Amino acid sequence: MRRVKIYTRFERFWHWAQAVLVILLALTGFDIHFGWGFFDWELGVSLHVILAWAFLILVVFAAFWHFTTGQWKQYLPAGGGMAGAMLRYYLGGIFRNESHPVKKTELSKLNPLQRIAYALLKIILIPALVVTGVLYANYNDLAAASLGVIAQLHAFLAFLMVAFMFGHMYLSTTGRTFWSNYKAMITGWEDVEED
Amino acid sequence: MKRGRPAAAIALTGAFLLLAGSWAVFTAGAAPDEGAQQTTIPPVPAQVAYESTADHSLFPNLQQDFKTGPEVTAACLYCHGRAAAQIMKTSHWTWICPRAKAMLEEREHIAVGKAEHIINNFCIALPSNEPRCTSCHAGYGWKDKTFDFTDETLVDCLICHDQTGTYRKFPTGAGHPVYARDFPEGRVFGGKTWPPVDLGEVARHVGKPRRQNCGVCHFFGGGGEGVKHGDMDVTLASPDRELDVHMAVDGPNYRCQACHTTRNHKIAGRCFLTPAYAERAFALRGMEENLLACESCHSARPHAAAKNKLNDHADKVSCEACHVPSIAPRKATKMWWDWSKAGERTPEGKPIVRKDPELGESVYDAMKGEFVWAKDVVPEYIWYDGRIKHSFMGDTIDDQTPYSAMRQQYIGRYDKMDPGKPVVRINWVETHYDSAGARIYPAKIMRGVQPYDPVNKSLVVPKLFPGEPNSADAYWKSYDWDRAITTGMAYAGLPYSGTYGWIQTEMIWPLKHMVAPKERAVACRECHTRSREGRLAQLPGFYLPGRDYNAALDWVGIALVAGAILASLAHGLARAASRGKGASR
Repeated sequence: MRRVKIYTRFERFWHWAQAVLVILLALTGFDIHFGWGFFDWELGVSLHVILAWAFLILVVFAAFWHFTTGQWKQYLPAGGGMAGAMLRYYLGGIFRNESHPVKKTELSKLNPLQRIAYALLKIILIPALVVTGVLYANYNDLAAASLGVIAQLHAFLAFLMVAFMFGHMYLSTTGRTFWSNYKAMITGWEDVEED
Repeated sequence: MKRGRPAAAIALTGAFLLLAGSWAVFTAGAAPDEGAQQTTIPPVPAQVAYESTADHSLFPNLQQDFKTGPEVTAACLYCHGRAAAQIMKTSHWTWICPRAKAMLEEREHIAVGKAEHIINNFCIALPSNEPRCTSCHAGYGWKDKTFDFTDETLVDCLICHDQTGTYRKFPTGAGHPVYARDFPEGRVFGGKTWPPVDLGEVARHVGKPRRQNCGVCHFFGGGGEGVKHGDMDVTLASPDRELDVHMAVDGPNYRCQACHTTRNHKIAGRCFLTPAYAERAFALRGMEENLLACESCHSARPHAAAKNKLNDHADKVSCEACHVPSIAPRKATKMWWDWSKAGERTPEGKPIVRKDPELGESVYDAMKGEFVWAKDVVPEYIWYDGRIKHSFMGDTIDDQTPYSAMRQQYIGRYDKMDPGKPVVRINWVETHYDSAGARIYPAKIMRGVQPYDPVNKSLVVPKLFPGEPNSADAYWKSYDWDRAITTGMAYAGLPYSGTYGWIQTEMIWPLKHMVAPKERAVACRECHTRSREGRLAQLPGFYLPGRDYNAALDWVGIALVAGAILASLAHGLARAASRGKGASR
């Protein structure tokens, strides 16, 4: 076993800030959508908009970091049928306690399924949420906008985001040990198998 | 393991959120009213605050013992030579909407006003009932069709300019007050004695109209206090801030003319198809004639920048929608008037009156039928651009289509309407969400049952008020509908088949007055809610966040989230169950 620094300080900050923001955005957003009344309406809307701005700023910093560090390459598809191997592992191998088909290293932090999932999240889901959210907040100034279409689309995308979050939280327990991925995302360090 | 890192990350996150938060920008006329019953006019302060450079109490030609109103008017006109001619052009005199005329050319050039053609679901119509209705006309002696609208001395100056609070038109006097010459001991109406007016004293104490002056008619529209308007009654004579933030005696203490700007006796206001104002723009007193719009003073973005989302509402939501939160907040208004129930009398023939002990208002009156009154109730909301279409006497009505087929939904918390039966809309708005200039407005919707001609398919004009001589043709004398309708329709020059029936009607009365302070403004969730009790629950045509949703999309979304959770649980349980099997995990 070798102890390596998997996640840099910025990555961890970014990840957890994003997690907190997404959870709070979901709480305030679904409170608006379903009318639960957890928040006073005006407060809920204000919080949702402030959190959205914080999220946007975080996205800008994260994008800058990805490009300046070259880390965006982590999300390129693995190729070589490895995604299929991962899927087979999750659906079968994991129950037979087979070893993980992909080794985690500093240079390749994400398994092939993670690469696909996170790429979709960052290229499609988050931008779609941001775009519909910005349109929602500014529909007054958009002559042809239909608030109904924007709002319902934004809410549906938010459901996808929440579904992703639950799946992500669970799959993060399928690392080397139950908590190893969580620990790595908190401390930055993880034990990886030596070659 | 390096301790402290997670703590640092959390601290950093917090700092970031604070920083982000601090950068964040939150985008987030009434026409005059018929019939008045000045029984509870509020006391008027003794001292008169003169705003004029002239002291009328010193004028030589006012030092006389006037016998009649027209004598006073002649004295007024001696100096104010153009005043009568100015009044005669206004709807206070003509009872016809002057500016709607041009817009109604498609309707055979008829003029619109309660003087002709207009019918309502209160006391129904003017023709044949003049002496009662015209006790609120700004003139003297409009007792029938022969009234001379060109006689300047028949203009009543005092009803608007009296500063003593003692000048009152007698309720059935066709606009005249009680004269000492005719009734030295006073004249009785409704069990109360109306003392003769000291015309000289009143003439020597005139000034700019105060709230009470407008109120003697407009607070009593429909034949009693607060009957007609859901936003005007005697409480507006000296309101506190809670009731009316602009007119508050402990606040700006505005008169009606602060908004109903007046020039040469022409008073800004709405009538029928003519909106109160053309533009929702900031206006400067002196540069603009009309300051009626809230926006005239407050601009179209009146809320502070931190509440910009509220400003965003202003394109589709009127100021009144939030700032006039309730109908009749202090004194009850009539919401339902069923004429078909009228006529109940004791075996001795005495008309029956029943009062609601709580509200103190009559809920049954043999002369008028059955009423429902309501106090401090939630308005209905409509898409409205300031123009209201109106049906007229003689218009063909639809007495077949049930109400439920005309409107998507009916709330009617405060009336007894049967939505399964037809309803004639006496006035209506044709605007909806997409209409240019249409915004959500609060309204009192007056509903009731009134007589109509099922053969000619038209609403009818009954003669209700006996007048002088005491005519038995009038319903309030003989309690004979057929006779009253025959007489009324003949007087109005309209055909009557000789058969009458009863039909439900409704009439929109937008709420504009009694503007509440911001603390009483309607809260967001009263509209942004899925509750069927939401204020806008029934307003169609648009997506309202918090109220509307796509059920299919919501269920798919919920299923996806639930699926992710359940799949994770199942997978995790299977993992736990397979622990120890196979290789080294």
